[in-house]
Amino acid sequence: MDHHLLSIITFMPSFAALILAVFLRGDDEAAARNAKWLALITTTVTFLISLFILFDFDPSNTGFQFVDEATWIMGLKYRMGVDGISILFVMLTTFMMPLVIAASWNVTTRVKEYMIAFLLLETLMLGVFMALDMVLFYLFFEAGLIPMFLIIGIWGGANRIYASFKFFLYTFLGSVLMLVAMVAMYADAGTTCIGGCEVSLLTHTFASETFSIAGITVVGGLQTMLFLAFFASFAVKMPMWPVHTWLPDAHVQAPTAGSVVLAAILLKMGGYGFLRFSLPMFPVGSDVLAPLVLWMSAIAIVYTSLVALVQEDMKKLIAYSSVAHMGFVTMGIFAFNQQGLDGAIFQMVSHGFISAALFLCVGVIYDRMHTREIDAYGGLVNRMPAYALVFMFFTMANVGLPGTSGFVGEFLTLMGIFQVNTWVAAVATTGVIFSAAYALWLYRRVVMGDLIKESLRTITDMTTRERWIFAPLIVMTLLLGVYPALVLDIIGPSVSALVASYDTALEAAGAAVQMASE
Amino acid sequence: MISADLNVILPEIVLSLFAILALLGAVYTSKDKTGSLLVWLTAGLMVLLAIWIGMTGTGETRIAFNGLFIEDGFARFAKVTILLSAAAVLAMSEAYMKSRGLLRFEYPVLVALSVVGMMMMVSAGDLMSLYMGLELQSLALYVVASLRRDSLKSTEAGLKYFVLGALSSGMLLYGASLVYGYAGTTQFAGIMTVAQTGETSLGLLFGIVFLMSGLAFKVSAVPFHMWTPDVYEGSPTPVTAFFATAPKVAAMALFARVMHDAFGNAVAEWSQIIALLSVLSMFLGAIAAIGQTNIKRLMAYSSIAHMGYALIGLAAGTQLGVKAMLVYMAIYVTMNIGTFAFILSMEKDGQPVTDIAALNMYSKRAPGKALALLVLLFSLAGVPPMLGFFAKFGVWQAGVDAGLIWLVAASAVASAIGAYYYLRIVFLMYFGEEGDDRLDGGKSGLLTGFLIASAVIMVVGIANMFGVEGAAITAAATLVN
Repeated sequence: MDHHLLSIITFMPSFAALILAVFLRGDDEAAARNAKWLALITTTVTFLISLFILFDFDPSNTGFQFVDEATWIMGLKYRMGVDGISILFVMLTTFMMPLVIAASWNVTTRVKEYMIAFLLLETLMLGVFMALDMVLFYLFFEAGLIPMFLIIGIWGGANRIYASFKFFLYTFLGSVLMLVAMVAMYADAGTTCIGGCEVSLLTHTFASETFSIAGITVVGGLQTMLFLAFFASFAVKMPMWPVHTWLPDAHVQAPTAGSVVLAAILLKMGGYGFLRFSLPMFPVGSDVLAPLVLWMSAIAIVYTSLVALVQEDMKKLIAYSSVAHMGFVTMGIFAFNQQGLDGAIFQMVSHGFISAALFLCVGVIYDRMHTREIDAYGGLVNRMPAYALVFMFFTMANVGLPGTSGFVGEFLTLMGIFQVNTWVAAVATTGVIFSAAYALWLYRRVVMGDLIKESLRTITDMTTRERWIFAPLIVMTLLLGVYPALVLDIIGPSVSALVASYDTALEAAGAAVQMASE
Repeated sequence: MISADLNVILPEIVLSLFAILALLGAVYTSKDKTGSLLVWLTAGLMVLLAIWIGMTGTGETRIAFNGLFIEDGFARFAKVTILLSAAAVLAMSEAYMKSRGLLRFEYPVLVALSVVGMMMMVSAGDLMSLYMGLELQSLALYVVASLRRDSLKSTEAGLKYFVLGALSSGMLLYGASLVYGYAGTTQFAGIMTVAQTGETSLGLLFGIVFLMSGLAFKVSAVPFHMWTPDVYEGSPTPVTAFFATAPKVAAMALFARVMHDAFGNAVAEWSQIIALLSVLSMFLGAIAAIGQTNIKRLMAYSSIAHMGYALIGLAAGTQLGVKAMLVYMAIYVTMNIGTFAFILSMEKDGQPVTDIAALNMYSKRAPGKALALLVLLFSLAGVPPMLGFFAKFGVWQAGVDAGLIWLVAASAVASAIGAYYYLRIVFLMYFGEEGDDRLDGGKSGLLTGFLIASAVIMVVGIANMFGVEGAAITAAATLVN
């Protein structure tokens, strides 16, 4: 089938941004209203078109579909496509963006620029998940930094400059190493095409013979080196312990919508990168370093859960909880089996809904009280019953209560890892308990009890707009919780193909090593 | 056939004649009052010449004066870039020079003469014509650097440039004489047959090294860069803009011309040296710029770093490398014209401002211009998806292709360090503290036009580069076979 749906949904938001930038004049309220409506309509239409793609998508085909190809400058190819893994992230992005725009309805400073930044960000995020050319991927991956840097820096909180710089430098340094690895890959494979071309990186076997540099023996050779370089970028993006420290700062300082995009979509780029590059292209490298990644994940889960317990800032607490949940994702990915990978992808999607909702919950009361201090609240249930209910629901989903999507992801990853490394599974399971502790304690301190704070006496419950933003998130969380097949059916064939190719690659490499030793 | 020879250098003759006539005309009439008119005339003539050269390019190589002068696709590409950028800088400088009483009639004439020199340089087919072109260019530049005669800094810039430039010319001449001594000819085609990889005599090698030192001075590659920050800072801003664009293209093209036309059979001998120049330039440019508070000095270090990246293409020693270098220079020049258009518009109460701190919260005062500058700065830093990234990507491609992976890796790291200081300006413009107005909103529509056009090119150009890449491929193919 030859059509350009993928390119259309990718570039539609930036087209709207261009219209805003060129044609919208003035700083008055009417201009701001037009900017908001145009952004909302564009993102909604983008979501509707992406639904067409989802319905037309054939899960049993494990190759890339809807491929859109054109020759480009510098001998590069513009190539977009989706497979069972990436389509979910595309859907997650298009689903979240209208909610994000709706959640920013109260922005008053520089509304036009704000909407332009978010629309451009949507283009770049969609591009990351669809790009089938390594350089195109890098382009979208890196360019996404610019709007996010500006969103945090311009519309952020008091300490926004520090946070935006930390965000930019951490991620930029990580990606430079990835770029170097990409250059080396291009030198080795002679192509930048990710998959589906005559020569593509996914089918190319990178050298895995052990060699030594400066007295250090590198098991897995080139593959391990390349893996490490990509790891530097994806681990920062993910973020994994110990390079997670930019995330709490960025989350706390970013405006609510920025936090939502960061938690729901940007963090998923790291996980997607592991699935698209690290695992299939460097199987030997992944195998060599898997124990390290697994233990880093286990430490992340336990450590950040403990750190979350002592936080006094709501957003920081949720940010640390995000790091812990991402720990489950990396753990599932590096279990290298069907359950683990299924669980990891499921967990990413589910975390997209739940963490976004939690940040929105904070946004609701922040808009009213202008503080994120947990101590400033208490007894909200008396004045805001609807809010208490919504917050309760997502707290439970965050803890992983059966019936919500949070449970399925955690359970599958734990099941996957249990078959591979029982000790890591055991340590990670204690993290589940801690997560219940910090989440429920947060809820108790903010919502339960008597309303004794004088300042809270006049607080009002959620408005209709706010209720409508939460409704789709609640539906999705419940739906995926009771009927996970919705997601698993789509990713299943692609994941099993990934696992199969991973196993064959490892066997082939193992056979080669044996041959060499004989 | 002398008439056929003259036919080949017709564009150069036209420009030289124009310069001489303009000089005479101005001297015998109203002197500086003709300054404005001359600037526009010169700029217009340059654009016409660029169109002429670009359009009449038959694709064939024409050799004139027994090999002293070569007109091929490579020379044409470089000449069009030089002429267009010089015309742009002239157009940008008119209002600035006029309002500060610097618009002497010598200015456009000297620029025109230096452009003639540059056109000679990129077409040189012999060490003699190389030196002639280089000196014509340099002498004109020494004078325009000290155009502001009553300013200590400007005269200092001119003098520094002159003394160090003379030194580099001396080195170049010494190298040329060594090459002549060991090759027995000054003609590139003749040297080509003598300089073979693995068979170069020590004397010839010495000659190459001295020649390269002289050329490295002209492109301001480390360790021959010392003059750049002082000259950039001291010269009047339009002159700085000129230094940062056309002469850099000419010097880089000349570098490529000499290395490939004369020493193309001994790539292995000089590739390492250029790689070293390149890596040093990239790192020094990236690190030294961090502490700068004057935007002109910052741009000086930025140009040093950019020359380092462009040299990767040269170090590759391949056709792909030359193509990447040409594309890099074209993009670099476009970015710099836009950035300098902005710097020229930076003023407060009619006085030029070069302090970076003056940009504090500029995005509030002039959101459109701030956005354009943001695009240019990210492009200079090589952040995707701006065209600046593709410039870097091109030289990386060539570097990897030639097996210089270490150099490519080092340049990626240098670009990450370098991103910091461009980012610092963005940071000031967008997230600074609220404060008093330190800059007037620029009044000149022309400067704003150049700024916006350059920013738009950086974004829209990623679709197909406006065919520049195709032209560069053809150009590189005529230089390297």
